[in-house]
Amino acid sequence: MRLRNPFVMESGVFTTNYRDDMAFHYPMLAKLRVAAIMLLLFLLPVYAGTYLVSIANLVGIAIIGSLGLNILTGFTGQISIGHGAFLGVGAYAAGFITAKMGLPFWIALPAAGVITAAVGAIFGIPSLRLKGLYLAIATLAAQVIIEFVIAHWDGVTNGVHGMFLPAPQLFGFTLDNDVSYYYLVLVVCIIAAMFAFNLFRSRVGRAFVAVRDRDLAAEVMGINLFKYKIMAFALSSFYVGVAGALWGHYLRIISPEHFTIAVSIQYLAMVIIGGLGSVMGSIYGAVFITLLPIVLREIAGLFSTYFPNIETIILGLKEAVFGTTIVVFLIYEPEGLARIWQNIKDYFKLWPFSY
Amino acid sequence: MVFLMQLVVTGLVVGAVYAMVALGFVLIYKSSDVINFAQGELLLVGAYICLTLVNVYHMPFLVALLISIAVSFLLGIIIERTILRSFINEPVISVIMVTLGLSSAMRGLIQVIWSTDTRTFPEIFPTAPVNIGPVVVSQVYLWSLFVSLVMLVAFSLFFKYSHMGIAMRATADDQQAALSMGISVKLIFAATWAIAAVVAGIGGILLGNINGVNSSLSHIGLTVLPVAILGGLDSIPGAIVGGLIIGVLESLSGGYLDPLLGGGVKEVAPFVVLVLILMIKPYGLFGKEIIERV
Repeated sequence: MRLRNPFVMESGVFTTNYRDDMAFHYPMLAKLRVAAIMLLLFLLPVYAGTYLVSIANLVGIAIIGSLGLNILTGFTGQISIGHGAFLGVGAYAAGFITAKMGLPFWIALPAAGVITAAVGAIFGIPSLRLKGLYLAIATLAAQVIIEFVIAHWDGVTNGVHGMFLPAPQLFGFTLDNDVSYYYLVLVVCIIAAMFAFNLFRSRVGRAFVAVRDRDLAAEVMGINLFKYKIMAFALSSFYVGVAGALWGHYLRIISPEHFTIAVSIQYLAMVIIGGLGSVMGSIYGAVFITLLPIVLREIAGLFSTYFPNIETIILGLKEAVFGTTIVVFLIYEPEGLARIWQNIKDYFKLWPFSY
Repeated sequence: MVFLMQLVVTGLVVGAVYAMVALGFVLIYKSSDVINFAQGELLLVGAYICLTLVNVYHMPFLVALLISIAVSFLLGIIIERTILRSFINEPVISVIMVTLGLSSAMRGLIQVIWSTDTRTFPEIFPTAPVNIGPVVVSQVYLWSLFVSLVMLVAFSLFFKYSHMGIAMRATADDQQAALSMGISVKLIFAATWAIAAVVAGIGGILLGNINGVNSSLSHIGLTVLPVAILGGLDSIPGAIVGGLIIGVLESLSGGYLDPLLGGGVKEVAPFVVLVLILMIKPYGLFGKEIIERV
């Protein structure tokens, strides 16, 4: 493919061989853009303050989790209202391994993923017989049951008292500040996103999409429904477990109320607002939902001089805005931010013609 | 033995209220295949409005009750009109998500308006406890049982004999056929939501009388889901039987297992049952089975 003039609008992509056709980023411009974004991300702690870096950490962890949920809900069509609890399984599993067994963090992180994947797969078993609404309710039950177990299994989780987690140690470094943790989250996040991107170019990923689009047709074509549904549950839970492990070690103290159904709904909102069945969508959604309360709090801070009691209603307002955003997105742009971004790009690609 | 009977009676009474709230789920699911995750918040709105009218404006309880029923009715219609109407024939996930979004929007607004403190109703029902054999029951419970039973019977009759009720059942069976017979499906949907909001509101007022009103009351919306699933999501008798079973189960597990396991079993027991039901008999005791074959 020849190098394009970067100052000219792209009008389309024309490939002449299979290799180019299967490439991630077609024009040179896109490759440069990805490189520039990566550079910006790796240099973020240099030009941004600690506060921004700490927010970026939360965003990064949310991205990993929402990628996981999107694999299950967006790509495979299985709804889960239990991912908040799975996040807890990951956090507690990692916490148990590092804090109670004293093993290093680089073992705990993947192990948390594997344990959560196993738990997720078990709660995915009803998906053999149930779909849609009934499955959603089954995962809701998973949420309630796991929350109960976390709160009552004192020997492992310290119950309602919460669990203290050590700062993770990697290659002799102790990641006990926001900046060092940022690089950990960033690397895991990039691996997670790359894996998700490539997954849907593979045999398994395409089977997931076939199951979502029409499961009976997929079965007829020889896709083993049960196997792929359970696999989707396990893979999705693996992601969420890793996110939970990162989150737990970032917070350093975890307790059952960090993993309630509200968290599940937040993750669902990320997936929906970002765009179901879109890897980039999970990223946009995670950024949006994580920033929403922060931005709202900042705005409230501006008004607090005029309305002194605004802090008391801000909590309720946060939930109200959150809920309303979900409803508005579902009504006006069910395909989420990913679609909006695509529309904007298409507009400029085709400008000045709208067709 | 007395302890056991006490638990069973309490369970039956709470179960009757559950049955009534579950009726809201069943109604909406029957006519439009939507499950309303905001049912708990509808319950809370009804309870809070009634409470405010009684406590702040010192209205007689019956007047307050009627007004809050009217407000719930309107609220149901508004929700259906503005939000749910866009979701006819949309994928299940959008519908689930929109009611979840709705519930969190409503919960937020409720918090802004009424804050999160627990408020109590003034004593509306006589407080003297009643002895039924060896079992002592407070009158609030009996009144709740009575109201729930009346409501459930009234709705059963409504569906069997009234014009509207028959039209609702027709819509539930087959929307297109109902449309071609001259039934306004849109009107039916609005009516369903209105009725669901009203039963939720009354349920909220009854439960509020028993335990006081605070935002955690909306969890009943989730507790009642196992009830609806156990009975079958589209069956009114199912809602009643499911309500009573789950009510007793909750009460028994609260009484016998809570001391052993350190509390909270009451909340989780219905969900354990739920998972078992979903594995064994996914469409509940009386639900219509949807069979898919390749």
